[in-house]
Amino acid sequence: MSTNTAMIEKYRNSFLREVEANVEEGDWVKMCMQCGVCSGSCPLGKDWAHPPQEIFMMIRAGKREEVLTSDSMWMCTSCYNCIVRCPRELPITHIMHGLAHYAKRLGLAPKNQPTMKFAQLFWDNLAKKGRVNELKLGISLYFMNGFGEGIKTSLKMKDIGLGMLKAKRMSVAEAFGGHSVKDLTGFQKMLKKAQELEDTRLSQHG
Amino acid sequence: MTEVVATNETILVVGGGISGMTAALEAAEAGKKVVLVEKRPYLGGRVTQLYKYFPKLCFPTCGLEINQRRAKMNPNLTILTMAEVTNLAGEAGAYTATVKLSPRYVNDNCTACGDCGNAVETEFDDEYNYGMTKRKGAYLPHVMAYPARYVLDPAIIGTDDADKAKAACKYDAIDLDMQEEEVSFSCGAVIWATGWQPYDAAKIQPYGYDRFANVISSVEFERMADPKGPTGGKLLRPSDGKEARNVAFIQCAGSRDRNHLLHCSRICCMASLKQTTYVTDTWGDDADVSIYYIDIRAIDRFEDFYRNVKSNENVKFIKSKVASITENKENSNPVLNGVDTEGYNRYANEHDLVVLAVGMQPSVDQDSFPVDIVVNREGFIEQSDSNGGVFAAGSASDALDVNRAVQHATGAALRAIQVVNRVAGAEG
Repeated sequence: MSTNTAMIEKYRNSFLREVEANVEEGDWVKMCMQCGVCSGSCPLGKDWAHPPQEIFMMIRAGKREEVLTSDSMWMCTSCYNCIVRCPRELPITHIMHGLAHYAKRLGLAPKNQPTMKFAQLFWDNLAKKGRVNELKLGISLYFMNGFGEGIKTSLKMKDIGLGMLKAKRMSVAEAFGGHSVKDLTGFQKMLKKAQELEDTRLSQHG
Repeated sequence: MTEVVATNETILVVGGGISGMTAALEAAEAGKKVVLVEKRPYLGGRVTQLYKYFPKLCFPTCGLEINQRRAKMNPNLTILTMAEVTNLAGEAGAYTATVKLSPRYVNDNCTACGDCGNAVETEFDDEYNYGMTKRKGAYLPHVMAYPARYVLDPAIIGTDDADKAKAACKYDAIDLDMQEEEVSFSCGAVIWATGWQPYDAAKIQPYGYDRFANVISSVEFERMADPKGPTGGKLLRPSDGKEARNVAFIQCAGSRDRNHLLHCSRICCMASLKQTTYVTDTWGDDADVSIYYIDIRAIDRFEDFYRNVKSNENVKFIKSKVASITENKENSNPVLNGVDTEGYNRYANEHDLVVLAVGMQPSVDQDSFPVDIVVNREGFIEQSDSNGGVFAAGSASDALDVNRAVQHATGAALRAIQVVNRVAGAEG
């Protein structure tokens, strides 16, 4: 049984309980009083298929599929306007990230969602050396949507790149390995341990 | 010097608004000696600043007149205005209260003829109209003020205006040598009825109360509707005096919000529905009212009122807490931005005038009570044995409308009477 089917079985008819148990800050969802101030305060709100207020209501209405496959929560830019204004102090930004993360874990997040793709690139880049390799991250972002588009973007950005090299803001040497944290083995051990803890937590909930 | 004759069987009432007046009158009419202390120069408090009551849409002046007459007739009642309790020592049945009396500079020879007001020139913001108009340095706070005596603003003392006022008075009522006094007296029980104040709307930053002229508070709108108010009862918006026909009300402006007031202020839904009738009564079919709300809290007999307002097709109800207000620079119209809950529609609605239904908060800051008293996290007084012989009345205890405040004050009077009766029994 896949994790997805297992979760459906466990929380049948109660998507809210599933969110509370599995989504970071998910236990806040029930506190929403549907005033709508978050949706009205979101600077990108008009580009969301479902603004936060609607997502909270959909969770309570058990619209599991619609919520987890939605790209709405991936639109959050972490500006925190909603958190600041929420009359019930819901950590809305964190809930959006929590939902996005959970959807991705279950493999339900929309394919080719650019925020998700970039987040993965960022993580892979960071996890390797404990430092963000900006040169590699930039290039992988350009080529995220294919080779042709990568070349085009690289050419468009080449003057800025050269300028950064000149101003010593970027180093060509980064292309070969790149710099890392002092104790790389320790760093990787730490990540491994964190992953173990997370896996244990998931196996308990899952 | 002011003298207050009081004993351990006297009840002290702090605050002369509708709750304090009610408690004081009920106790005095039950035969108890009562001292009523009021900070303002007149009795009646915020009720005097209301145009109409809900749900009957009758005028507060009516009940006020009755209460003022009851106060005038009762020999058991001592009224101290411009007075504040600064200390209360002792215990139930044996308190000593200390009261600071600010000088009025006008004695009881005053006939309220108004000659002093005509003689003086300097003008000040009129507190009675929330600063929307000016008043003179010698003034009667409002037409029905009781005691019906003029007041000199302390700022004119020592200026030409003070001398002009004194010279104009034919009754020798102006005494420029009056000083601040402090009096102490005994009392057996205390009724604390210090009331409420409107939440400071400027603190709700996204609504721009301090930035946009045509965003006003509900208490200001109430003054505007009053024929004795700053606009003579005309609904005119502040920026250009244009008639305000398209009016929006924003509910829960500061209430039910952990960034502002934690509690529901209870009165604001009914207050906005009442104020909606001011708009529809004035403009008839040209009225265009929008009420932005989270949920309308109009229960029991208020529900009929809500239903009546709702049946008016010139009144729209929009289920949404407005996210922010911007301004159309061309016509100074406030623009309300948000998403509604019934369909998640994004809106940017323009209105002539926006009224923020501001919440009620206790008028005494919870850290500056001059007596030892239990208050809750919202700053309202909790009933507790450790309060001894001190009992809250009215909106010092919770966000209450006038009806509930008066009921509560009557209950407080009964509690205070029980304490002084015990004293009388012991001293018998």
